[in-house]
Amino acid sequence: MSLTLIVLLPFIGAVLPAIMIRAGRNACATATGSVTLLALILLMAKAPAVISGEVFQVSYSWLPELGLNVTFFLDGLGLLFATLILGIGLLIIIYARFYLSKDDPMGRFYAFLLLFQGAMVGIVLSDNILLLLVFWELTSLSSFLLIGYWKHLPEGRQGARMALAVTGAGGLAMIAGMLILGDIVGSYDLTVILQNADLIQASPMYVPALVLILLGCFTKSAQFPFHFWLPHAMAAPTPVSAYLHSATMVKAGIFLMARMWPVLSGTPEWFYIVATAGLVTMVLGAWIAIFKHDLKGLLAYSTVSHLGLITMLLGFGTPIAAVAGVFHIINHATFKAALFMTAGIIDHETGTRDIRRLGGLLNLMPIAGTIGIISAASMAGIIPLNGFLSKEMMLEEAWHTMWLDQGWVVPLLATVGAIFSVAYSFRFIFHVWLGKPRDENLPHHPHDPPFGMWGPPALLTVLVVLIGLFPAVIAGPLVAATSSAVIGGELPEYHLALWHGLTPALGMSVIAIVVGALLLMRHGALISATANLSRPDAKAMFDCAIAKLVALSRVVSDNLHNGSLQRYLSVMIVASVAIGVSGFYAEPDHTAGTRELLDVSPAAAIGWVLLVVTSIAAVVMHHNRLLSLLLVGVIGLIVSLGFIYLSAPDLALTQISVEVVTVILMLLALNILPKETPKESLPGRKLRDGVVSIAAGLGIGGAIWAIMTRDLPNSISAYHLANSKIEGGGTNVVNVILVDFRGFDTFGEIIVLGIAALSIFALIETVTQGEAAKRLASWVVSNRRSADRHPMMMVVATRVMLPLSLMVGVYIFLRGHNEPGGGFIAGLVVSVALVMQYMASGFGWTQNRMKVNYHGMIGLGVIAAAITGASAWVAGLPFLTSGFVHVHLPIVGEFELASAMGFDLGVFLTVVGAVMLALAKLSQVERMAEHVDVNLDPMDHDPSVRIATPEKEA
Amino acid sequence: MEFLVASSIGLLTTCGTYLLLRGRTFPVVIGLALLSYAVNVFLFAMGRLTINMPPILREGVTEYTDPLPQALVLTAIVISFGMTALIVVLSIRAYLEIGNDHVDGQPVGEPSEAGDKN
Repeated sequence: MSLTLIVLLPFIGAVLPAIMIRAGRNACATATGSVTLLALILLMAKAPAVISGEVFQVSYSWLPELGLNVTFFLDGLGLLFATLILGIGLLIIIYARFYLSKDDPMGRFYAFLLLFQGAMVGIVLSDNILLLLVFWELTSLSSFLLIGYWKHLPEGRQGARMALAVTGAGGLAMIAGMLILGDIVGSYDLTVILQNADLIQASPMYVPALVLILLGCFTKSAQFPFHFWLPHAMAAPTPVSAYLHSATMVKAGIFLMARMWPVLSGTPEWFYIVATAGLVTMVLGAWIAIFKHDLKGLLAYSTVSHLGLITMLLGFGTPIAAVAGVFHIINHATFKAALFMTAGIIDHETGTRDIRRLGGLLNLMPIAGTIGIISAASMAGIIPLNGFLSKEMMLEEAWHTMWLDQGWVVPLLATVGAIFSVAYSFRFIFHVWLGKPRDENLPHHPHDPPFGMWGPPALLTVLVVLIGLFPAVIAGPLVAATSSAVIGGELPEYHLALWHGLTPALGMSVIAIVVGALLLMRHGALISATANLSRPDAKAMFDCAIAKLVALSRVVSDNLHNGSLQRYLSVMIVASVAIGVSGFYAEPDHTAGTRELLDVSPAAAIGWVLLVVTSIAAVVMHHNRLLSLLLVGVIGLIVSLGFIYLSAPDLALTQISVEVVTVILMLLALNILPKETPKESLPGRKLRDGVVSIAAGLGIGGAIWAIMTRDLPNSISAYHLANSKIEGGGTNVVNVILVDFRGFDTFGEIIVLGIAALSIFALIETVTQGEAAKRLASWVVSNRRSADRHPMMMVVATRVMLPLSLMVGVYIFLRGHNEPGGGFIAGLVVSVALVMQYMASGFGWTQNRMKVNYHGMIGLGVIAAAITGASAWVAGLPFLTSGFVHVHLPIVGEFELASAMGFDLGVFLTVVGAVMLALAKLSQVERMAEHVDVNLDPMDHDPSVRIATPEKEA
Repeated sequence: MEFLVASSIGLLTTCGTYLLLRGRTFPVVIGLALLSYAVNVFLFAMGRLTINMPPILREGVTEYTDPLPQALVLTAIVISFGMTALIVVLSIRAYLEIGNDHVDGQPVGEPSEAGDKN
C-alpha cells in the first residue's frame, strides 16, 4: 500500500503548491517539500529490506482484459532511482525556493515539478510495462511544461517543443516495442517478462522490439543521434535543468535499459547498437562541451557525454560492466546535480553564464567555489572522488572489450572521451573559479548565496567525497542491491576501491588527465583552429525537418479537407459502401436466410406504396422546399403507423409527436431560409450522386433484409422481459429499459439533448452581432402575410385544448411505466400543447404568461434524473438502481410508484425544456427579421373590444 | 412484410443520401431527416418484425416482441430531433452570416477554392 502511496503522493501533492502559494512563497515551498519528504520517508522505510534482497509488490486490477494493471514493485534498481528522484527532488525544491525570482509564478513551478516527480517515480516503480508507458508519456508532457516554464522566452518554448517532439516520438516507438515484447511473452508484467530472456531473444520479433524500445531510451537519454534536444532544453530555469538532466528525465532511458538488461542484453545486436551509440555519444558530447561558452551548455553536453558512458557500459552486456554503469549512475547524479546548482548560483550572482566573462570567482564566493571545484574534479575523474572510481571501472571494462574483433577501438575512444572530459571539467574549474576575473563589469557583484542555495549542492558534494573515500561503506550496499536487480542473477566479483594497483585503466586515467590538461592550456588555439570547421547545426536540421513535415501534412489535409461538405460526405459514403462491399465478399457464405416471413396485409401494402411515392417525390421535388417538408411529414406519419403495426406503440407515439415539433421547427426555419432550392447541379453530378445513393440504399436494404431473414441468436432481450416486472416494477418493458435497465444511457441522452438546446441558444443569442445582425436589420419580408396573424378561432380552440392536452401529457407520463408512454413521449406531448399556444396567440402574449425558464428546466431535469440515480447510493446500491411501491388511490386505481418515476420526471423536464428552448429561440430570429413588435394581445381582432373602441374614438 | 420494410429502409437511405449530397442547406436537413428514419427503422428491425406482440407484459401472454431495440430507437428519435434542430439553427445562422445557404459556407461571390461546383 505504501508503495502505491509513494507514487501517488507527488500527484496528489501537486495541487498543494497551487493552493499554498496564496499563503506565501515559503509556505508553498514547504508544502511541496513536505510531500516529497513524506514520499522519501516512506521509501526509506523500505530501503533496508530491499537492500537485503527483498522485493515489494502491490497490484490492483485496472483493465485486466488488456493486460493493463496498476502494479508496482520495488527492488534494488527501483530503490536507487526512486531515491535519486525523491532525494535530489527534495534538494531541488529547497534550492528553487531561493533561485526563483519574485516574478516567477512559484506555485505553478512546484506543481509541474511534483507532477514530473510523480511520473518519474511511476516509471521506476511500475511492474506493468503498459503502466510504465503511461508514466513515460507523462514525463514527456510534464518536462515539456517545466522546460517551457519561462514561457515568455522564445528559447524556452522552442526548447520545450523540441524536447517534446523528440522524446514524444521516441515514446511512440517504445509503445510499439513494448507491445511486441508483451506479445512475445504473453504478459505485460515486468516481473514475468524478466523471467523470459530465452523466449524473447529466440523470437523473430526480438530485433524489431529491441530497436523500437531503444529508440525510446535513446531519445529520452539524449543518445547520438538524438542528443541535440538536451542542450536546447537548457533554456529552462536552472533547478529544472539540475533535476531533469542530472538525476531524472534523461536517466529514464538509462533506467529502462538497465531494467530490460536481463532480457534484452547479451546479444550482438544489443552490443553493437547500445555500446556503439554510447561510445559515440560519450566522445562527441565531451568534444562539443569543450567549446561551449555557456556554463549550462557545457554541463548539458557533459551530461550527454556521461549518459553515453553509462549507455556504453550497459551495452557491453557483461555483469561487471553493468555494475560499473550502476555505480556511475549514482556518481553522475551527485556531482552533476551539484554542478548544475552551482551554475545556477553563478548565473544568479553574476548575472551571466558566459565562461569568457567569468574567472577568479573562488575568492568572491568561497563556498560555492569549493562546491563547484570538488564536483567538477569528480566529473573529470580525479582521485579520490567518486567520479574517479566509476570512470576507472569504465576504462577497465573498455580495455577488455573487442569491437568487430578489434581490441583497440573501444579503449582508444574511451580514453579520448576521458581526455575531453578532463578538458571541459578543468575548464569549468580554471576559467570560472581560478585565475583572475576577466570581466570586471559583471551585471552584479557576486558573493555567496543564502544557505538555501548552497546547502543542497554542498550536501551532494559531501556525498561525492565520501563515496570517493569510502565507496564500499557508503555506496556498496546500494550498488550491490541495484546491480543484482539489473543483472537478475549472481553478482560478479568486484571491489569498489580507490586503488586497484597499476592497471591499464590507471594508465589510461593518467593519460586522460595529462592530455586533458594540455588541451585546456591550448584552449584558445583550439577554439580558433576549429572555428572555421562547419559543424552541423542540429537545431536548423530539426527545424527544417519539422517544417517539411508540416508542409506535407498541409498538402494532405488541404486536399482531403478542402472545406467542401459535399466532398466529405461523398468520401464518407463511398468509403462506407466500399467497406460494406468488401465485407460482403469476404464472407464466403451467401445463402439466403430461412426465417419464416410475415404475410403482407393490404394495409401494409398501401402504406408501403405511399412511402415509396412520397420518398421519391421528396427527392424529385426537393427544389420546392415547402412541398418537400410536407412530404417528409407524410413519411414520418407512415413510419409511425408502421411502428404501431409492428408492435411498437411507444415508438409510434414518440415518432408522431416528434414529427409535429420537427415540422413546426422546419416551417420556422423556412420563414428565414429561401423557399426554393436553385437548380444548379449539373447532370454529371446528379448521376454520380444518384449512383452513390443507390449503392448506399442497396447496401443498407440488403443488410437489413439479410438480418431480418435470419433468427436472432442469443439476445439479452429475454432477460429484460423476464425481469421488467420483478426488478423494475413496470410492465411496459421499453419504458423500464429506458429508466431502469439502461437508465445510464438515457441519462447521457437527455444531457445530449440539453446540450443541443443550449447550443441552439448560444447560436441565436450571438446573432445580434456582426454580419448576421446587419442582415437581420435590413431584412425585407418577401412573402405575403396573413392579415389575421392570430385568428380568433384558433386562439379560442387552442386555449380550450390546453388543459386537455396537458392532462393527456400527465396521463401518458403516469402510465408510462406500465402502458405505452413515459417521460419522453409526455414531454413531447406537453411541448406540442405549449407550442400551440405560442402559434395561436403569439409569442409575446404567451411568453408573458409562461413564467418558466426553459434553461432552468433542462438543468432541473438533468439534476432530477441524477438525484434519483444517486439516491440509490444511500441504500448502498449502484447508481440508478430503482425501487418501487404499490399505491392505491381512489378513482385512479392501483399503480406503482417507482423511484424510476423521478428519473422519468427528469427526462420529461429535459425534453420539454429542450424542445421549447429550441423553438423559442428560433422564433426570436423570425421576430427580429420581421421588425414586428411582439403582440401583447392574444388576437389581432379581439371581438370583445370592438364595441368599446368606437366609443373611445368618439 | 420483411421485404417491404427492407425496401423502405433502402429507399429512405437512397433518398436521404442523395439529398445529403446537395449543395444547399435545406435539402441536406431534409436528407438527414430521411436518413434518420432509415436508421431508426433499421435499428428497430434488428429485433425482427412481429405483429400484435407489443412488449407490454400481460397475464397469460408469453410471446413478446424484442423490447431492447425499441428502447434504443425511442431515445434515438428524440436525439434526432435535437440534432435536426441544431443543424436547422446552424444553417439559419450560416445563412444570416454569409448571405447564402450553400453548405460550404463560402461568402457570396467567392466560390469554394477546390472548385467543387454543385
